[in-house]
Amino acid sequence: MSASAVPMRAREPGPQRFREMAGNVGWGVLAWVVGIAFFLPVLWMVLTAFKPESAAQTWPPKFIFSPTLSQFRLVFSGWGPFVTHSVIATTVSTLLVLLLGVPAAYALSVHPVPHWRDGLFFFISTKMLPIVAVIGPLYVIALKAHLLDSIWLLIILYTAMNLPLAIWMIRSFMLEVPRELLEAARLDGAGRIREITGVILPVISPGLVSTALICVIFAWNELFLALNLTITNAATMPMFLISSVPQEGLYLAHLSAAAVVASVPVILVGWIAQRSLVRGLSMGAIK
Amino acid sequence: MANVKFVSATRVYAKGAPPAVNALDLDVKDGEFMVLVGPSGSGKTTALRMLAGLEPLDGGRVEIGDRDVTFVPPKDRDIAMVFQNYALYPQKTVAENMGFALKMQHVPKDERARRVKEAARLLDLDGQLLDRKPKALSGGQRQRVAMGRAIVREPQVFLMDEPLSNLDAKLRVQTRSQIAELQRRLGVTTVYVTHDQVEAMTMGNRVAVLADGKLQQCDTPRQLYDNPVNQFVAGFIGSPAMNLQTVPLTEGGVRLAGTVIPLPTAVRTAASQAGLRELVLGIRPEHLHLANGAGEIAGEVLLVEELGADALLHVRLADSGNQVVARAEGRKPPAPGQEVTFRVQPDDVFAFHPVTGARLAG
Repeated sequence: MSASAVPMRAREPGPQRFREMAGNVGWGVLAWVVGIAFFLPVLWMVLTAFKPESAAQTWPPKFIFSPTLSQFRLVFSGWGPFVTHSVIATTVSTLLVLLLGVPAAYALSVHPVPHWRDGLFFFISTKMLPIVAVIGPLYVIALKAHLLDSIWLLIILYTAMNLPLAIWMIRSFMLEVPRELLEAARLDGAGRIREITGVILPVISPGLVSTALICVIFAWNELFLALNLTITNAATMPMFLISSVPQEGLYLAHLSAAAVVASVPVILVGWIAQRSLVRGLSMGAIK
Repeated sequence: MANVKFVSATRVYAKGAPPAVNALDLDVKDGEFMVLVGPSGSGKTTALRMLAGLEPLDGGRVEIGDRDVTFVPPKDRDIAMVFQNYALYPQKTVAENMGFALKMQHVPKDERARRVKEAARLLDLDGQLLDRKPKALSGGQRQRVAMGRAIVREPQVFLMDEPLSNLDAKLRVQTRSQIAELQRRLGVTTVYVTHDQVEAMTMGNRVAVLADGKLQQCDTPRQLYDNPVNQFVAGFIGSPAMNLQTVPLTEGGVRLAGTVIPLPTAVRTAASQAGLRELVLGIRPEHLHLANGAGEIAGEVLLVEELGADALLHVRLADSGNQVVARAEGRKPPAPGQEVTFRVQPDDVFAFHPVTGARLAG
């Protein structure tokens, strides 16, 4: 077969190529500037965590100093109960969210129940209410139920807080499961439980990981409820950060160290799960 | 092993819409390879899914082995299905995929392993593949795993939904004969859906042609080819398709390309009884014989498709300007632009009602 083709040019003509290169460089520089602008506060915070208190107060900020771990030592001596409560509240609430969210998402996607659309809207509508509006009633209920300053209160509330989002996310992943796969399972004799555990869950597992990670992030960083409904027996890491901002004086280095320590667990979890996270969040994109 | 019956089976998707499957009456004999063929939207896949229990029936019933299974769930019908996209469980190994149904039936582990190995052997699946996941397999291997999953269940009926459509052409031809041979060996009743009429003709004991949800004709491939019952079947079966032309009736036959094609008396009588002035004439490409100037049907060659063994001539007929396709010897076909003539045997000609499409009996 004869092919008549226009011979490809080895290089584009001069001025066009320069324009293209300049464009690329321009975008690159802009990306770096924006990235650095976002990262600079974090960098400052991490650096300040290693400074002694006196060096932390200067303006302009010192980038050259003799690092010390004294702030971290202070943090680690005080963080015990806070981190325990945070870990318990976060992990238990996330597990509950997954336990409840999977069947709920199933009932709203693979085997829709009647009025599933209304159900979905109801779930997402709970997120439309600002949390400030319900803190009053929540406080009274917690008081009457003797749950104030209890870790179980936080677990219940974090579960309720994350469940709508988790249901929406898990539902979207379940919708991606090919219909033929479910029919094949049906023909093979898989009952409802088997269908979920044996077929659906393995297929959407990256999505479950990303959902769990999002729930962990929200639960770990939640401040408002913890601040208003707990005091000592269930105080979480964000409360610990607040306690590092005393009424008088400014202990920036200590605060920075506490903030670094508070952020590290979530970053670590995200880093470990990053492969699943990318797969999970882009699952619908590539069929 | 069992027979399958569709008795007036109907499926309607939306109220008021025409039925996807319209009162289908079909008998599949025990051990038979029945192919359901038709264009997209003909209802063939819907009919198969009704048999599988994946679609409910809106009318009529389905029987397997003389048992009414219309309301029986799919897993209790003793059937196995091969899906178009194979539907293999991605997180399970090949062996687990094939053994899943048996696991659901609580078949003991060693019996499961035995049956899986046996099916793999039947399908020429290398033993090493049993521990791999589907994503590590080629398309052809995945297709065989999908078939193995069905075979392992030792069902009464195999259902296959266009299992070859995702394979490349060469592999398709190879696998086609393997499936047919496998079915012959196992002797299991098989209902096979395809849109490819070549698959239908080469694989089926009998072929059921569907269009718009209705059964057009159910017959052996030979009968479908030689005796189509209506214009649709005539034009659908056979590749390249039969040439169909609307032609005016005249004394002794019909007028085509400046000449009269004679029709049998019975056909002419049927046409005049129906009050027809014209009808649809069907001539298969291989029945238009090149006549080197001595033929009655004249035309000009527009395009020559050389297939090696034969050549397909696209010819514009004189007089009417209609295009027909004729099959000619591959060695020295006429060149484009050449004037040619054809001869046709009166027995090789079909006549159809111009409105209903029904064959005018000869």
